[in-house]
Amino acid sequence: MIEVQQLRKHFGAVKAVDGVSFKANDGQITGLLGPNGAGKTTTLRMLYTLMKPDSGTVLVDQINAFAESNQARRRLGVLPDARGLYKRLSAAENIEYFGQLHGLEPELIRQRIAQLEQRLDLGEILHRRTEGFSQGQRVKTALARALIHDPPNLLLDEPGNGLDVMSTRALREILRGLRAEGRCVLFSSHMMAEVAAVCDRIVVIAKGKVVADGSADELRELTGTSSLEDAFVKVIGTDEGLAA
Amino acid sequence: MRALSVVWWKEVRENLRDRRTMVSTFVLGPLFGPVLFAVLIGFVAKTELDRAEKALELPVIGAEHAPNLMNWLGAQGVEAVDPPAEPEEAVRTREVELVLRIDDEYGKALGEGRPAPLTLIFDQSQTKARASIERVQALLQGYGELVARQRLLIRGMDPSLVGPIELRRVDLSTPQSRSAMILAMLPYLLILTVFTGGMYLAIDATAGERERQSLEPLLINPVSRAALMGGKFLASAAFGMVSLALGLTAFSLFAQFIPADRIGIQINLGPAECLRLFAVTAPLAVLAAAVQTGVAAFSKSYREAQTYVTLLVFLPAIPSIVLAINPIKAEDWMYGVPLLSQQLLIDHVVRGEAIGVVQPLMSIAATLLAGALAAAWTTRLYHRESLAVSA
Repeated sequence: MIEVQQLRKHFGAVKAVDGVSFKANDGQITGLLGPNGAGKTTTLRMLYTLMKPDSGTVLVDQINAFAESNQARRRLGVLPDARGLYKRLSAAENIEYFGQLHGLEPELIRQRIAQLEQRLDLGEILHRRTEGFSQGQRVKTALARALIHDPPNLLLDEPGNGLDVMSTRALREILRGLRAEGRCVLFSSHMMAEVAAVCDRIVVIAKGKVVADGSADELRELTGTSSLEDAFVKVIGTDEGLAA
Repeated sequence: MRALSVVWWKEVRENLRDRRTMVSTFVLGPLFGPVLFAVLIGFVAKTELDRAEKALELPVIGAEHAPNLMNWLGAQGVEAVDPPAEPEEAVRTREVELVLRIDDEYGKALGEGRPAPLTLIFDQSQTKARASIERVQALLQGYGELVARQRLLIRGMDPSLVGPIELRRVDLSTPQSRSAMILAMLPYLLILTVFTGGMYLAIDATAGERERQSLEPLLINPVSRAALMGGKFLASAAFGMVSLALGLTAFSLFAQFIPADRIGIQINLGPAECLRLFAVTAPLAVLAAAVQTGVAAFSKSYREAQTYVTLLVFLPAIPSIVLAINPIKAEDWMYGVPLLSQQLLIDHVVRGEAIGVVQPLMSIAATLLAGALAAAWTTRLYHRESLAVSA
């Protein structure tokens, strides 16, 4: 479970995140929806301890992410905006490296990689060097890398970016599977269809502030619109930077 | 500690798979110094041998007027050749270095005991001809003194009357110290292998990771920034040390083929010397790697890191140049200065001079301390938020 309270972060005069609060529950997929530049990536970066907020708190399973960042990191699996892999290492070696950094035993790493191979359908690419991987293969490998320590919470920054239809469908299945295991899944997106398709709960963010928070039905009800798309446009105030 | 070794091994393994890094670290870097050194020494040896063996060719006008002088000059290694048609013009256009003119007046004056005129035509501004000019002048001077002594003897007088001073030359240079100019380069060339050896890895592991966007995921692991930085910079240091070991081996092999005794120099680069040189120079790999990693972390892009780190390679040249221009007597404090101390110690070892225990230990301790300070600075850079987030 992830709880965010009054998070603020500015770069120079720009208030990138301006008092964001929300909660992402276990066993649910929470979507952070907002147009480009709304502050989604900065918010996530603070959640996964890469950036320090100017003020506010982040609790990961009740652990303060800044006071005890290493504790929090063990409970977080992250697919950041930057999905860089080591191109001179194979997919398996990339995943193994992160397992070792989490202090896992070699035997456990081997078991987990075998499980992830099944779940993410890594088969043919597992022992290939990652140089020349397609965007979908890259995301799968990066996702496996984020799951190697079996984290109860998952943060994904625009996971659907650059994926083709097949990969997008596969990704949805993976996210649903993680939810079924009782994990807390939080992902950001600027694509309404993606969010609408899998999310139990939607946090709409614009100009660094949360402008709406609830299930798809609640959002429609709140805005008195029949389509989710109209609801988003209404709460954000513009359709600029959003994609259907 | 465990995380540090995980990072260390990953960097080493990844870079061992990169052909460009491998070639520059393990082939070009270690060979550059020894090859340059061998070429320079070969060049010096050739000119030294040429100078010693080659007879000086001296165009002489009117050689028939002075047969005795010609015989004597011939015995001194001067070969008289036919003069050019226009002697002054030939010297001016550098066709010949100098011309000796003997007038028919010469023989007559010599016979009558008057100063006999000899004319030497040369151009003092010609640097290349200076050695020949000086040699001929000294020889003619010497011939004059010889004739003077003979005249005194004939008149029953002691020839030492005209030699009030007897200059005795005691040349203290040993074969080793005569090679000073060439050997002065060796420390720098050796230190260079340390700097080039870890360079690519240092850039790749920090600026390269950021450029390829793998630094952000890496930093999210539950590992301290100090451990990440430590693993990376020690991997770079290890590459520097391997490069140094290979460079030393190459130097040692090349040294066997240098005609050292023929040009009167001696280079001590046997296995024992190599071990000593490695012990003294290897700590520099730690300092170089920490500074290079710090500079790579400080730079905003891969390109920028490459530029700065390449410029750093010239840093160890500074003490070399200073010592070459202004040779100073080594004082104790100098062994506590990184780069300068290695410069001096390498110099001592190669020249076959004894080095104690205190001075190498001082050098090693000071260099490792500087390396630790640089590593601390780099760790601080690793804590900056802007490290991973370049966009």
